Amino acid sequence: MRAPADNEFTLKIANVNGTGSASANGLIMKALFRMGIPVVGKNYFPSNIQGLPTWYEIRVSERGHLARSGYIDLMVAMNAETYRKDLDCVEPGGFLVYDSTWPRSNLLARDDITIMGIPLAKLSNENFSGARARILMKNVVYAGAIAALLDLDLDIISELLNETFGQKAHLLDANQQAIRLGYEWTRENLQTPLPFVARPADKTADHIIIDGNTATGLGAVYAGATVGAWYPITPSTSLMDAFKRFCEQTRKDPDSGENNFSIIQAEDELAAIGMVLGASWAGARAFTPTSGPGISLMSEFLGYGYFAEIPAVVFNVQRCGPSTGMPTRTQQSDITTCAFASHGDTRHVLLFPANPEECFYSARQAFDLAERLQTPVIVLSDLDIGMNDWMCHELQWDETYRPDRGKVLRAAEVEKLEVFHRYVDADHDGIAPRTLPGDHPKGAYFTRGSGHNMYGGYTESAEEYQQVVDRLLVKWDTAKRLVPRPAVQYSEKTRLGLVSIGSCDEACKEALQQLAAQGLSMNYMRIKAFPFSAEVQSFLDAHDKLYVVEQNRDAQLKSLLYLECEVAADSLTAVLHYNGLPLPAGFITDAVMQDLAKGVAA
Amino acid sequence: MSFMKKPAARHPRLPVNDIGLTVRDYEGGMSTLCAGCGHDSITGAIIDAAWQLSIPPHRFAKLSGIGCSSKTPAYFLGESHGFNSTHGRMPSVATGANSANRELNYIGVSGDGDSLSIGMGQFAHAIRRNMNMTYLIENNGVYGLTKGQFSAAADLGSKAKKGEVNMQPAIDPCTVALTMGATFVARSFSGDKQQLVPMLKAAFRHRGFAVVDIISPCVTFNDHEGSTKSYKYAREHFVPAVAADFVPPAARIKAEYDEGTVLPVKLHDGGVVYLRKLDEDYDPTDRIEAVHTLMRHGRDGEITTGILYVDESQPDMHELSNTTRTPLVDVPYSKLNPGREMLQKIQTRYR
Repeated sequence: MRAPADNEFTLKIANVNGTGSASANGLIMKALFRMGIPVVGKNYFPSNIQGLPTWYEIRVSERGHLARSGYIDLMVAMNAETYRKDLDCVEPGGFLVYDSTWPRSNLLARDDITIMGIPLAKLSNENFSGARARILMKNVVYAGAIAALLDLDLDIISELLNETFGQKAHLLDANQQAIRLGYEWTRENLQTPLPFVARPADKTADHIIIDGNTATGLGAVYAGATVGAWYPITPSTSLMDAFKRFCEQTRKDPDSGENNFSIIQAEDELAAIGMVLGASWAGARAFTPTSGPGISLMSEFLGYGYFAEIPAVVFNVQRCGPSTGMPTRTQQSDITTCAFASHGDTRHVLLFPANPEECFYSARQAFDLAERLQTPVIVLSDLDIGMNDWMCHELQWDETYRPDRGKVLRAAEVEKLEVFHRYVDADHDGIAPRTLPGDHPKGAYFTRGSGHNMYGGYTESAEEYQQVVDRLLVKWDTAKRLVPRPAVQYSEKTRLGLVSIGSCDEACKEALQQLAAQGLSMNYMRIKAFPFSAEVQSFLDAHDKLYVVEQNRDAQLKSLLYLECEVAADSLTAVLHYNGLPLPAGFITDAVMQDLAKGVAA
Repeated sequence: MSFMKKPAARHPRLPVNDIGLTVRDYEGGMSTLCAGCGHDSITGAIIDAAWQLSIPPHRFAKLSGIGCSSKTPAYFLGESHGFNSTHGRMPSVATGANSANRELNYIGVSGDGDSLSIGMGQFAHAIRRNMNMTYLIENNGVYGLTKGQFSAAADLGSKAKKGEVNMQPAIDPCTVALTMGATFVARSFSGDKQQLVPMLKAAFRHRGFAVVDIISPCVTFNDHEGSTKSYKYAREHFVPAVAADFVPPAARIKAEYDEGTVLPVKLHDGGVVYLRKLDEDYDPTDRIEAVHTLMRHGRDGEITTGILYVDESQPDMHELSNTTRTPLVDVPYSKLNPGREMLQKIQTRYR
C-alpha cells in the first residue's frame, strides 16, 4: 500500500479556466524543480476560453517517476462547481484545501481526509483592488498557502517572481505580497507543514522543464526548416507559436533585419500540406504541425507526396478522436490512419517521440529521413507530450550536424549529365535523385500524381506503372534500415515483455518496477518508428507473451505489428487506455497482473 | 496526363529573342487535347509571351490542378519544372514553392471546375496573399474529362449539349478576384491571340497575384447553340474595355499615345504597360468601378475583356512577411542554425 512521503506525492489544483491560474501553478511546479526535486505537470483543460473547469496536477517524485500518478494526496479545490468530484478523488489520508471565504455545506465532507479552509478570496479582496487583480491574486495566494503546507523554499519563489516580473515593479510587488498573505495565514492558522513535504534534493541538475511542442518547434529551427505552413488546431498550435518565437529570436538577418524563414497561416489543412509539398519540391525544408482532423484533411496530399516522392514533415500532436473528439484530451489513436493515410497503396514513415527531449531530436531526424527517402514523414506526438510540462535532460546540439538533403542534384551536377530522368533507381535503394526548379534546363521534370514511368513521363502502361510502385517497396525496405531502432531492455531470463510507444514510456518504465517489486521481471521494447526495423521482429521472436500498451481503443499498434511482422496469433495481448487522460503506471501493472492471474486460474 | 514528345527538328532561320532562343525552346510536348480546343491556343500564347520576354525557360515553374486545362503545362516550357497537383489545390503548392524560391516566374494553370468549385477556397486565399504569380483560368464552363457536366462558371440559363438548362448563377472569377483584393485582373478569349499575348506578358511581369480568366471554348462539350462559352457566343458578346501594349524595360517607346485615353502602368522591373481605353468611361485603376462594369455587362449577357484592373503598388507575399531577398532555398544552413551557444541561452528560460 502506498502512502505519500516527502518528495513522493501528487497535488492537484482545481480551478476555472480564464482566471490566470496557469502562472500560479507554473510557479509551484518551477519552485519544486528548482529545489532539485523531479516534477511533472499535467494540465487538464477544457476546449473553452473562460469559465469551465480546469485542473493542474503536479507529481513530485524524487525517484524520477514522470507519468501521471493516478492518485491525489493534496487537492486545492478552487472550483465550487467541481468540488464534489474533487473531494471524491483525494486518497484516504490525504488533504484538501478549499476557499473558506464562503461557507461550505457539511454534506461536502469526508472523515477519512483532512479538509482545510483558507479564506483565499477574502485575503485577496482585502489587499488588492480591481476585479481582475483580485481574481488573479487569489491564485497567487493559494500558491503561498501551498508553499506553507509543503514547506517550499520561499527564496526560490521570490527569485522566480523576480525573473517573471522583474521589469514590472507593481506586478512584482503584488505577487510577492500575495505569496506572503497565503503563506503567513496558513502558517498562523493551520497545522503546517503537512506530513509529506518537499525537501531540497539534487536530482534536477542538467535538466529543464519544457513541453513537447516548444521542443519540437525549437528542433525544427535547428534542423534548418525555413518554411512552416499551418492551420491552427488544438493541441498543435503552440508548436508553430514556438517555431515563430525562436525564428524571431535567431533567424533575423543581422544586417538586413529580414527573415530567414517563412511562416504561412493557411486557409485550412489541405492548403497547409500543399504548401509544404510545394516548398519541399522547390528545395526548402518545410513542415506543418497539426492534429487528427488535420491529418484526415491532408490525406489526399500525403498520398501525392508518397507517389510523386516529395519530402514533407508533418507533426501530428494527437488528441482524442474520433471526429472532433475531445480536442483537449490526449490519445494515440492516429497510428493506423497515419501509417496508411490516403487512398491506394500508400504507406508513410512515422516517428514516435516519447517526451519533449525526443521531440527536439526527432524534428531533425524527420527532416533527414524525409529528404533522404523523398517522402512524407509524420512525427506522432500527442497532447500529453506536446502541451504538458515535462522534466527532461537539457537539449544538446552537435555542431558537426549537417542536414542530410538526400539525393539532390544541383546545377553543377545536372550540367555534367547527358540527360536527367526523375525516377531512375541507379543505386537500387529505391531512391532516385531529384532536381530543384530554376536550377538548370536539363534538370526539368514534370511532377505528377497520375501514373508515371521511371522517366517521369505520363503512363497508363501496366508494366511501367507497376515498375514504379514496386520500386516504392524497395524504398520502403531502405526506410526500415534508416529509421530509429526501438529502445529495448532485454534479459534472456524471461520470455515475457511489454511493447509500447510514445508517451506510454514513463508509465511503462514505472510499471516494470512495480511488477518487479511483485516478483515479475519483464522485458521492454519501445517502438520509435514505422516501418518496423529488423530489431522489432527480433524482439517479437524472443518472447512468448507480450503486452502491447497503447492509448487507443482499437489496439492500433498491436494491429500494425500483426500486419507487418511475423507474430504468433495469440502472443500479443492489448493493454489499452483511451479515456483521454495520460496513462498511469498502475493501470498497466493491474492489467498485466490480472491477465496473468487469469492464465493461472485457467 | 497524356504527353508526347515533339520532334527536335527546327527551322534553321527561326528568329531568336534577346537571350538567343527560338520560340521552339519555349515549347513543350505535343498536346493530346481535342482538335480545336481553346486551351491549345492559350498554350501557344504562353509560349509566345515567355519567348518575347526573353525569360530563360528554366526560370519558370508551371503548376496546375486537375482537368483538361491542368494538362496543358506539359505542352509548354519543356525546360521548366512542372507540378501537376491535386484537384483544386494548385494555389497552395504554388504558395509553398514561391515561399521557398521567390525568384522564379510562377505560372499556374487552372480551369473553371478546378478554381471555382473544388478549388474556390484556395483560389480566394491565394489572391489574398498576393503572391507573385500568374494564375490562368482556362474557362469553358464545362467538365470535359467527365463528359459535359456544368461547371460553376456556366451562365444561368445556358444549355448543355444534351439540352439541360443550368439553373444556378455563374461564378465570375474576375468579379471574385476583384472583391478578394487581386492586384491584377484580366479577361481574354483563347481565340484572340492579339489581345492575349501582351496581356500575358503584363501578367508575367506584374508583381503580385495576376488573375487571367480566359474564355476557352470546349469544342466537344460546350460549343453548341445555347452555350455562352462557345466560339460564336464569345465573338458576338465580347466587350473589350482596355487594350494592353506591353513595353519591356529595355525597349524604347516608339508608339505615340494620346494622353487621357492611354494609361501607362509602371511595373516593378521597370517595364511599362500602356493600357489603351476602348471604353472611354472605364478606369482600370478603380476596383469598385471595375466590379460595377463587370456586373453590369454580365447582366446584359456581355463579357468585358482586357486588363480590367491593375495595381502595382501593393506589397506581395514576401514583402508582407519581410522574407529575405535571397531565395530561402539558397540560404546556407550555417545561417539557419542558431548554434550550440544559443541553445544554451534559450534554455535558461526552462530551468
